[in-house]
Amino acid sequence: MAKGLGRRSLLRFLGAGVAATSAAGALAGRGAEPVAASTHPAVARGGRLRRWAMVIDLRRCDGCQSVGKPPQCTRACIEGHFAPQPMEWIEVYEGHLPGGGTQFIPTPCQQCQNAPCVNVCPVAATFATPEGVVLIDQQRCIGCRICMEACPYDRRFFNWGQAPQPPEALFMEYDAEHQSPAIKGTVMKCDFCPDMARSGRLPYCAQGCPNNAIYYGDLEEDLATNGEEVVRFARFIATSSAYRLKEDLGTEPRVFYIPGHGEAAGRSPFKRGRLPTQWPWQKRVRQGAVPWTR
Amino acid sequence: MDTVIGVRPREAESAGVESPPLAVPPEWRARLERRALAPLAGTGWRYYAWIGALLAVLGWGIFAYTRQLDEGLIVTGMRDRISWGLYIASFVFFIGISHAGTLLSAILRVTRARWQLSVTRMAEFITVVALMVGALFPFIDMGRPDRILNILEYGRWQSPLMWDILAITTYLTGSTLYLYLPLVPDFALARDRLGPTAPRWKRAFFRAAAVGWNGSPAQRRALERAMTVMMLVIIPVAVSVHTVVSWIFAMTLRVAFNTSIFGAFFVAGAIYSGIAAIVLLMAVLRKLLRLEEYITRTQFLYLGYMMAAFSLIMTYFNVSEYAVHGYKMEAGVPFHFEQLMVGPFAALFWFYIFGGLGAPAIIMLVRRTRTIAGVVCAAVFVLLAMWIERYLIVVAGLRVPLEPYAPRDYFPSWVELSILAGAFALFALLISVFAKLFPVISIWEVVEHRGPEPGARAENEGSRRGRPGVAGRPAR
Repeated sequence: MAKGLGRRSLLRFLGAGVAATSAAGALAGRGAEPVAASTHPAVARGGRLRRWAMVIDLRRCDGCQSVGKPPQCTRACIEGHFAPQPMEWIEVYEGHLPGGGTQFIPTPCQQCQNAPCVNVCPVAATFATPEGVVLIDQQRCIGCRICMEACPYDRRFFNWGQAPQPPEALFMEYDAEHQSPAIKGTVMKCDFCPDMARSGRLPYCAQGCPNNAIYYGDLEEDLATNGEEVVRFARFIATSSAYRLKEDLGTEPRVFYIPGHGEAAGRSPFKRGRLPTQWPWQKRVRQGAVPWTR
Repeated sequence: MDTVIGVRPREAESAGVESPPLAVPPEWRARLERRALAPLAGTGWRYYAWIGALLAVLGWGIFAYTRQLDEGLIVTGMRDRISWGLYIASFVFFIGISHAGTLLSAILRVTRARWQLSVTRMAEFITVVALMVGALFPFIDMGRPDRILNILEYGRWQSPLMWDILAITTYLTGSTLYLYLPLVPDFALARDRLGPTAPRWKRAFFRAAAVGWNGSPAQRRALERAMTVMMLVIIPVAVSVHTVVSWIFAMTLRVAFNTSIFGAFFVAGAIYSGIAAIVLLMAVLRKLLRLEEYITRTQFLYLGYMMAAFSLIMTYFNVSEYAVHGYKMEAGVPFHFEQLMVGPFAALFWFYIFGGLGAPAIIMLVRRTRTIAGVVCAAVFVLLAMWIERYLIVVAGLRVPLEPYAPRDYFPSWVELSILAGAFALFALLISVFAKLFPVISIWEVVEHRGPEPGARAENEGSRRGRPGVAGRPAR
């Protein structure tokens, strides 16, 4: 080192730095490899991929006021997915109507086709499947929560502590399509039940709705059903002035809403309030697991 | 004396050719070397007591973190609807004050200023240490710190967090190099001055750190060139760092973050708080190490003027942001303005506006307060206000409801506050250790490019002249 820092040695040093950075870049490129989710895309006739989508008919949703229970879509979802308290993956918000009064808006993950959460995830733990469903691989998630900042619909939930789940959830084999058992320090959300759809069943929320307000179906085959009737998807949303939440953000959700305030269920827009959601296994959770608040 | 200072041919530096050293009085030079090397030579019990106190606070912070590792982030005040809090605000704050070094040793160097040479070393300390401490926060904030390697294994460049990791790593590498380069001649000086009585490890350390520096013209040329390269490299890197830090917010669909000036706003705020950090550090080290002769009113006032200028830039950015948002009153903006200006954040917000942006400018404007004490006071205001500003951006920004639900409140838990205290202790600890191992003044640069401070004598006589040392102007 008698010559000290010459230009050459400096350049060599900088060159080594560039090489190291590129090596890190090449490593980072491995993010393209598939994540741990058992996604075998569902295929429609003709070999085309299914594109799962949902229509929620707000004319039929009265926040379960008529049945005198907490929202049954949320209850069915919680029981089906063992969603830990306080997660309401489909949450029934009470929004104001422009002319006075309120409406109930069941809000699952909107399954954006330009999903802000997928864009910002640093490790591709949240990803879109070929069917267009946005899932989370909780075995990869690092818990940075930037997806929760990015989601404009407040539809992401974090396991702040040991999640309060019943014992049967803990025996399940983990899969990104049902997310149980919950993993501390990772993000969860509505997974749109593509596993149920592939086996010919409706998602838990659609099954649970007493007023059949939730339609689920395939944009590719242009069919949707609420369990009671089958509709042509495109015509149904076109003829009922369906809209999507915060459409101006350009997130391209796969969840459509038909405007209303529960009138088909006989609800007055001025009858406010819904019952709070309950978690049926509060006494059966493992020791040390405590619920938190949103 | 004044006629000698700063007389350097303009071509000399740009060509990287060594100019003849300034003629400085040998006794002045010997005194400077003694003063600047004194902390390296001996250590008193007060230093160990101080280190012990810092280690105690740091230990408490680490204990708090073990609680968080054990139970999860449930021990913090964060929840789904305000899912970033104190940690991320502190991350932004620390990365912000790291801009002190870049401003003083790179931006001012480009303008060929000379007055800052006696404090560049301290500013570079702040840069490196603030980056090391600040970069810890995103990892402390992680829900699964055990999966940290996933970032390398599955990292995707589409994510703003990856931009942060790339930018901050580059910046830390670059600024460590930029701290080290001008240290080499000073290490050599320490190596030569320590004498045979110094402990063996110390002599070995300085011998290794000086990498065979002997001050030959070829070495000097190489050093000057390397420093010029780093100076030019570090400025865009510093700007990019704080721009991408702002983008972890601005790239989300939140109304309070939805502004294209966020990058520039964060960079300005970073430099603003960086100036305040260096003012505070140099005030402390000047007192402790008795460096009054080298850090004079000139340095404080010039930095104070820069702080005042940046308070105006910050005011401008605030006016731009609040005017554009406030005029249109898009959905969510009325709620945001209300919570900031009259709601739960009003006290913090108005302290930020008046104490953090107004007060420093006024302190520098009024002749009576335009003193060293005044500048230090303004710096304290700025540091507090800029920390608050980061807190408000994160917490108030996330508090704006996205759906019809009642807004959640956030208050940091004891774990978060303990970890923050531990981080500040770590910051002070690293600065203290650096000040013990490295000369706090870039001796050779001061000797060769600056010479004795023109204001040093005058200040002792209590001069109130508004213009600090005319000869302290940048060399032309």
